[in-house]
Amino acid sequence: MIKVSGLRKSYGSIDALRGIDLNVRMGEFLTLFGPNGAGKTTLLKILSTIIAPTSGSVIIGGLDLKKANYEIRKNIGVISHKTFLYGDLSAMENLIFYAKMYDVPNPKARAAELIREVGLRGREDHQVRTFSRGMEQRLSIARALIHDPSIIYLDEPYSGLDQHAALMLGNLLKKLHTQTRTIIMTTHNITHGLEISDRIVIQISGKIVYEGETKDHTVKSFEKVYFEKVGKRD
Amino acid sequence: MAYFSKVLHICMKDLKVEVRSKERIYSMMVFSLLVMVIFNFAFDPGAEYIREVAPGILWVALIFSATLGLNKTFAAEIDQDCLQGLMLSPMDRTGIYFGKVISNILFSLIISLLTLPFFAVFFNIPLLDVLPQLVLVISLTIIGFISVGTLFSAISVSVKGGDMMLPLLLFPIEVPVIIAAVKATGMILDGAPMMDYSMWLKVLTLFDVIFVMIAFVTFEYLIEE
Amino acid sequence: MRKMITNLIGLAAASLIIVALYMAFLYAPTEVTMGHVQRIFYFHVAFAWTSFIAFFVTFAASIAYLVTRKKFWDTVAASSVELGIAFSCIILTTGPIWARPVWGAYWTWDPRLVTTLILLFIYTAYHILRGAITEETKRARYSAVIGIIGFLDVPIVYFSVNWWSRTIHPDVIKPEGAALAPQMLQSLYVALCAVTLFYLYVLLRRIRLEELRDEVSELRKKVLKES
Repeated sequence: MIKVSGLRKSYGSIDALRGIDLNVRMGEFLTLFGPNGAGKTTLLKILSTIIAPTSGSVIIGGLDLKKANYEIRKNIGVISHKTFLYGDLSAMENLIFYAKMYDVPNPKARAAELIREVGLRGREDHQVRTFSRGMEQRLSIARALIHDPSIIYLDEPYSGLDQHAALMLGNLLKKLHTQTRTIIMTTHNITHGLEISDRIVIQISGKIVYEGETKDHTVKSFEKVYFEKVGKRD
Repeated sequence: MAYFSKVLHICMKDLKVEVRSKERIYSMMVFSLLVMVIFNFAFDPGAEYIREVAPGILWVALIFSATLGLNKTFAAEIDQDCLQGLMLSPMDRTGIYFGKVISNILFSLIISLLTLPFFAVFFNIPLLDVLPQLVLVISLTIIGFISVGTLFSAISVSVKGGDMMLPLLLFPIEVPVIIAAVKATGMILDGAPMMDYSMWLKVLTLFDVIFVMIAFVTFEYLIEE
Repeated sequence: MRKMITNLIGLAAASLIIVALYMAFLYAPTEVTMGHVQRIFYFHVAFAWTSFIAFFVTFAASIAYLVTRKKFWDTVAASSVELGIAFSCIILTTGPIWARPVWGAYWTWDPRLVTTLILLFIYTAYHILRGAITEETKRARYSAVIGIIGFLDVPIVYFSVNWWSRTIHPDVIKPEGAALAPQMLQSLYVALCAVTLFYLYVLLRRIRLEELRDEVSELRKKVLKES
């Protein structure tokens, strides 16, 4: 589904990505671990066409990212720790706006449906600025799903959430994880990352240093691998 | 067609946000009035020459308040990274620019129209007879000012101390627009026929066309990361 | 190789400047009405011409940067702007020195003066903007856009200021032929060549300086990594 080869990105003299090769199958949930500054966000931003790579290629669903970024965007939903939501607009208005941007037929019905799904019923007419962090994040998920994308990127979705909100997010993610939906998540929280993923990858200083299956690991065993890799980086 | 409707959605979204917060419109309006009042102290309000400097005063007020509004163009988009949300939408990214340009033009136009009656009263200048011509000049000027201004506000929003950078970058580029606006307004207020100032209308139109096109070509270079 | 060419250009510029100075002050005849102060004209015009070239180079290099994304073009654009700003300052000082005795005022709102002043403002803003951005590629992209827009604005500024004020600036070189004594014209051309070569020399040195800076930061990174 997603095929990344030899991907590099440099900002002048700073190299954010230094040759990333990665394959993600359709329906797979991949978690990308790594310390701050590893280039995880840069990688996701390239995969979602926000940033152009310096070199290397990305093929998503058979389409080359360089040539067809417009088409590719239709299949991508992004959830980050920022919500992409307008505080002055209501939950419903935000969703309807994004629905229209994605040419979703019948935006109102779709928005109402998603608000129910993320458990914000009764709040649809409240301004987003009055929402708690957890509610914001749930609405942000609804926003990312508005066009029913087959690929979802999650960039540190747990940051700023309390225990309860994190639990709800975890349950929502489990529901999202279907046969036809490919998901990539970045995090540095090992417990959350292992909970729902199929495959795990560690990225350090713009390079992938470890790949493994989630089922081969417990939190303990993976923690050992992770700190070994991170500790070695200097 | 889908492109234009999305441009419109972005513009409508901006208007809706503004109707809720009223942040921009209020401060732009108050600022525009303040500038005129301050000028009133700088010049002798009853003096003969006030008619000659009046067009300049009007345009300083309108341009300064428009700059104030421009600084806020991308502020709402940066707060929760909404700009990235817009960039993810399956549309040509110049649509973001045009949506913003249209909403900015509407804001500035509203402020200009609200400023005019105060201008007429403060400086005792009858405007009713020349209103259509005046609105034409104001519209052309605002298009020229906002088209480059919106482009530059995409720069200033992601630069440290960008609020200060915006007028520094924008005003020298806008010199032809400001000259044309002041000259044409002066002639209109003097009751000159359109023949006399058609040249300035041409300058304004030329500037508008050229810089909307340049902005169209260069906008994507500014928002990529 | 490039070092040798640079040095050759420098040498040529230095010798031509001496010749140009000789021609401006001794060879060219004294102007009848303006007197000796007119001799500033040769370098004034030469710097005016070269500053325009400098901003044009920035414009072209800005386009080249956006197309190729090579850092080299950004360096050229930024270096050329610095020279353009310096030369504009020279024009705006030599001009008034000449104007005071001739027109009776240091400053008039003549199209050429105003356009030069506006250019100075545009490119000073360009320079300040560069200082405000630390991220290299972002700085390059933003300044390239300003470099393009700024230059395309120049003719519009010139014509609108021209219509706004009636010109009192002497048109020395008219299309139908120069209204200058042949010795004066020769002096002017030599000064033009001298200053253009001077510009080229400083530009090449400035680009080299930037490249050396990059080399130093690369080396610093390497050393930090090894230690």
